[in-house]
Formats: sequence, structure tokens, C-alpha cells
Amino acid sequence: MLRFIIRRLIITIPTILVVITITWGLIRLAPGNFYTGDKALPEAIEQNIREKYGLDRPWHEQYLRTMGQILRLDFGTSLRYEGKSVNEIIARSLPVSATVGILAYLLALIVGITVGSIAALKQNSKWDYASMTLAMLGISIPNFVLGPILVLFFSLTLYWLPPSRWDGFPSKSVILPVITLSAIYMAYIARLTRAGMLEVLRSDYIRTARSKGLSETQVVIRHALRGGLLPVVSYTGPALAFLLTGTVVVESLFVLPGLGKYFIQASLNRDEPLILGIVAFISMTLLTMNLLVDIAYGYLDPRIRQ
Amino acid sequence: MSTGNGNLLEVRDLRTYFHTEDGTVKAVDGVTFNLRRGETLGIVGESGSGKSVTNLSIIRLIQSPPGQIVSGEVVFDGRDILRLREDEVRRIRGRRIAMIFQDPMTSLNPFMKISRQLMEMTRLHLGYSKAQAYAHAVKMLEIVGIPDARERVDGYPHEFSGGMRQRVMIAMALSCEPELLIADEPATALDVTIQAQILELIKTLKQETGTSVILITHDLGVVAGMTDHLIVMYAGKIFEQAPTRELFAVPGNPYTNGLLRSIPDPTSARGTLYQISGLPPDVAHLPPGCPFAPRCDRAEEICSKEFPPLVEVNQDHHSLCHFALEVYAKSVAENSAVERRARQD
Repeated sequence: MLRFIIRRLIITIPTILVVITITWGLIRLAPGNFYTGDKALPEAIEQNIREKYGLDRPWHEQYLRTMGQILRLDFGTSLRYEGKSVNEIIARSLPVSATVGILAYLLALIVGITVGSIAALKQNSKWDYASMTLAMLGISIPNFVLGPILVLFFSLTLYWLPPSRWDGFPSKSVILPVITLSAIYMAYIARLTRAGMLEVLRSDYIRTARSKGLSETQVVIRHALRGGLLPVVSYTGPALAFLLTGTVVVESLFVLPGLGKYFIQASLNRDEPLILGIVAFISMTLLTMNLLVDIAYGYLDPRIRQ
Repeated sequence: MSTGNGNLLEVRDLRTYFHTEDGTVKAVDGVTFNLRRGETLGIVGESGSGKSVTNLSIIRLIQSPPGQIVSGEVVFDGRDILRLREDEVRRIRGRRIAMIFQDPMTSLNPFMKISRQLMEMTRLHLGYSKAQAYAHAVKMLEIVGIPDARERVDGYPHEFSGGMRQRVMIAMALSCEPELLIADEPATALDVTIQAQILELIKTLKQETGTSVILITHDLGVVAGMTDHLIVMYAGKIFEQAPTRELFAVPGNPYTNGLLRSIPDPTSARGTLYQISGLPPDVAHLPPGCPFAPRCDRAEEICSKEFPPLVEVNQDHHSLCHFALEVYAKSVAENSAVERRARQD
């Protein structure tokens, strides 16, 4: 097991370098620069800036310098937020994204698995049809539509919840972003759970469990859940990575000072160090989550443990 | 305990239908038979003949919907299982009637240790403590001939071979000393050499514990040496039923004749193997008349028009055929000819 983890961690490093290289290339390919604005800068000033940030050097020199920094986990300072290091910005905005993300994740898991299991156990009943219709809606409605609808209803009509504000956790201000963010994950988990449970409930070993004289509850909890939830596990790992690192749309909608908001700002500002820093961080989180899923799989399914 | 007539199980006019989009499938349609205490009953038939559904109906494990036990009685030890409450049936399942299924590769829970799967039985039905149940699990594995039972009891199903898994299934089924063991094609999915071992094991354990057995198979060769009575099923109906010896010697039904002729005979000079022509019928759309008529070489006009009667051709020997008595008489004649020749040799 330990060897497996170490081997996987070693593969992680080249993967992240490839991701960063591609991101770096894309930034360079896009026209314009972080200092370009509406008005053209005088030639001398532009020359100064280019020298200061090393943009006058050959591209491979710039690339190697950036990569060298990143390998030392030094992402440099932001070009727009003067004097703020990239690490500082991530450290300050991550807690906001992670709070909303973890809450959304828990909500999606609890509701999704419960609804999915009920739908599977009562297949083709009105419960099944109702919950799967809701799940279909949850998957089809994009969060930039769902968010404003919720705001319109709960904030601007009923005046129950703040429309866009961040008061930290716990406070009323987390409710709408969490629901908006978790809706699609909830719907997806419900569908995965239903499909997984249906497949397991039809399997031979469940028939064996029933023939032993176990009650339906015992059959489901002891025998069916574990196999039925395996597809959910492989989905929720990467999902958690995306939820933790913030989502651009929901954070913009509710004006949350999270990582996603900084990411989109950085992209608009052509803030290269900040973009690379956030991309590196997100890919690291994603790869870690995938690794955790694989480890969890080993524990859940004895057949692939070895 | 006894019902007075020595029957452990009496199935009467059992009908199990499946309501599908394609129409109602009468998987089991009016099945009646008795099983005496300590006896082994064989049920043979092609796939789709309703033999498995019959036995799943006995312990009410038919998935509903789409399945439904439409009518009938399943009197087990004097009580009709079909009329019991769900929790009463659960106390019979596993405790008094245990089942072994066809595919040992998929019938055990792959995520659970063998020990837990075995312990579940005795903890549930006999109220054993963890330690007692564990000791009992090891003992059961030893009884069914698993080497190093003490170490292997903590393994997972994928660490066992097919034959060993079927032994585990048997150990599990017998852990509460059931009065009836239903073995649904217990050896079909296994290698031929392992098949013989598993059947031999069931036979031995049956003799030691005295439990009654229903053995479902599509292989007449398997049931010959193991059963006291035989039922031949086709299209959800019992076509012939007789003591095993009698059924093999003097079959009273053209379908049974066909099945018996299909058993490969290594001493036969001819290289070709007999087979019944055609395919089993689609039980959702059965034609009027005898369901076997289109494939039967004895069929006459009446067969495709009228449903055949169940004829008692001899004591304890019934056959579902318009010409049951003729077929039986022919078998008797052939059989005595064979016996005369055997005596002359």
C-alpha cells in the first residue's frame, strides 16, 4: 500500500508540470499583456516593464525561470495585487471556497445518497419518478440560472436570506451559495446511487442474502450499500477537489472572496503568476483527491487490495 | 412436527407469473408435487422451464413486480408458506429451508469476509454470540472439506476457487441444520471433476444430517444416482413425475424420452448425439394445446388443439400427454425386451 502511494505521488509531479506548461503556453499565446490597457504605453515605459519582468529574454529562458520557481513552490508575487504573494492570496481565499465547498459536498452526499437509495429500493414507484425528475432538473439547470432564481425568491421576494454577502461560517449568508453549488452534485450523486444500487440489488449475492432470512433493511445496509456506492466514491473524489477550490460562477454570483473569484480576476488581468499558482494548486488538490479515492477503493473493495 | 403423512413439503397448483411488457409469462403454471421427509427430489428441465422459479416461489423470493405468485399452496411442515407474514417467512428462510445457487462466483458477497457471511446465519437464527458463531463457521468449513479452514475463514470470496466457493455456499446453507435444502444447479457452473465432488459432498451431507433435498438441474445424468423421485418440467408445467428408477426405465412421456435419448452414451457406436429438434417455446405466447407438440415426434392433430391431461400411468407415476398410456406401454415393452436380452447374455 505504502509503495503504491509513493509511486502515485511520484507520478503526480510530472503531471502537474505538464498542466502548468500548457497553462503557461496558453497565457503566452493569447494576445496582449498584463500592462496593456485602452491607451498604448509610451515605448520607453513598455521597454522598462518588459525588462523588469524579464519579458525581453528569450522565451525558453522565461519558461525555465518560471518552472524553477514553481518547483521550489515559490509562485512569486501577483502582478496586479501589488506586493501580495500568490501564496498569500491563496491562503486567504481558500478558507472561503473550502467552507462553501465542504458544506455543499456534505449536503450533496447526504441528500444524493438518501434520495438515490430510496429511488432504487422503490424502483418505478412515484418516489422513484419524482426524485429522478428532480435529479434530471438538477443536472440540466446550470447554476448561473439556479442561483439568480433562488436569490429572486428567497432574498428579493421573501427577504429571508441575504442575496450576496459573505459573513463567514456559520451565518445565513452561506445558505444560498451552498444550495446553488451543491444542486448539480446532489442530482448526479442521486442518479449514480440509484444506478449502482439497482445493479447490486439484482445481483446474485443479494438473492443469497435474502435467502438467508435477513430483513430487507439488513440486506440493504449490510450487503447492498457497499457495492452500490462504489461508483459514487469514484465520482466524489474529483468532485470534492473542484468544490474545495472554489467555483467561478457561484463565487461571482454571490460575491464571495474565494479562490474562484481570484482565478477569474487573474485571468482577466493576465496576472500570470497568480494564474499559474492557482492552476498548480487546483491540479494538486485534484490529483490528491484521485489518490485518496484509489486508496478508499482499496479499502472498500477487497478484490483490488492486494 | 409431522403432518401425519410423512410429507415435509406439499406444493399444490402453484402458479407464478411475470407481468412483462411482452405479456404475462406463466413461468410456473399449476405445479403440484410432494416431498417426503428425508427424500431427495430431482427437478429437471431445459432453461426457462420454470424449475428455478418454482423453488424461489417456495421460499417466496420472487421479485415483485414483475413477478407474482398468483395462486397455490406451499405447505411446509403443515403450514402454508404463501399465507405467512413476511417476518414468519424470514424465520423459515435459511433456518429451515436453505438454498444453494448455481453460480458460486457471484453468489457470495465479494465485499465481505467468508467468516462474516457464515456467522450471519447462526447469529440471526440461532442467537449465537460472535465467538460461538465464529467457531461454528470454522467447523462448517471443515465439514465441507475446506483445507486450512481456520486460516481461510477470514479470507474473501475472490481468494477461493469456484469449487471452494460452492463448498462455502454449502457450509453456509447447512449451518442452521435446515430441514430442506434446495440446490439450484449446484454444479452446473463448475469443472466436470469438481462437479462430481460437489454432488458427492451434497449426497454425503444429506445422508449424515437427514435433511430433505430438492436438486434442480438440466442434466439427467446428475440426478440419476442422487434422487428418489424425479419431476420433468417443460414450459412451466410438470410433464412427468415418477420415482427415479421407474422414470429412467419406463418413461411415459415423449419429452422425457427425448431427454433420455439426449444423454451422451460413450459406448454407443454411432458418433452423432441425439437432440430434441426446435427450441423451448416462448412462455409469454404459448400456443393452445400441448406446449411440446411442435417439437414432439409423437404429436398428432389433437396435440396442437387440446391441452393434454395428466394421466396416472402407474402408481406414483404421472405423465402429461394425450398418449401417455401408449408411450408408457411402449417403454414397458422395450424395457422388458432389454431385460430379457440382458438375462440371455
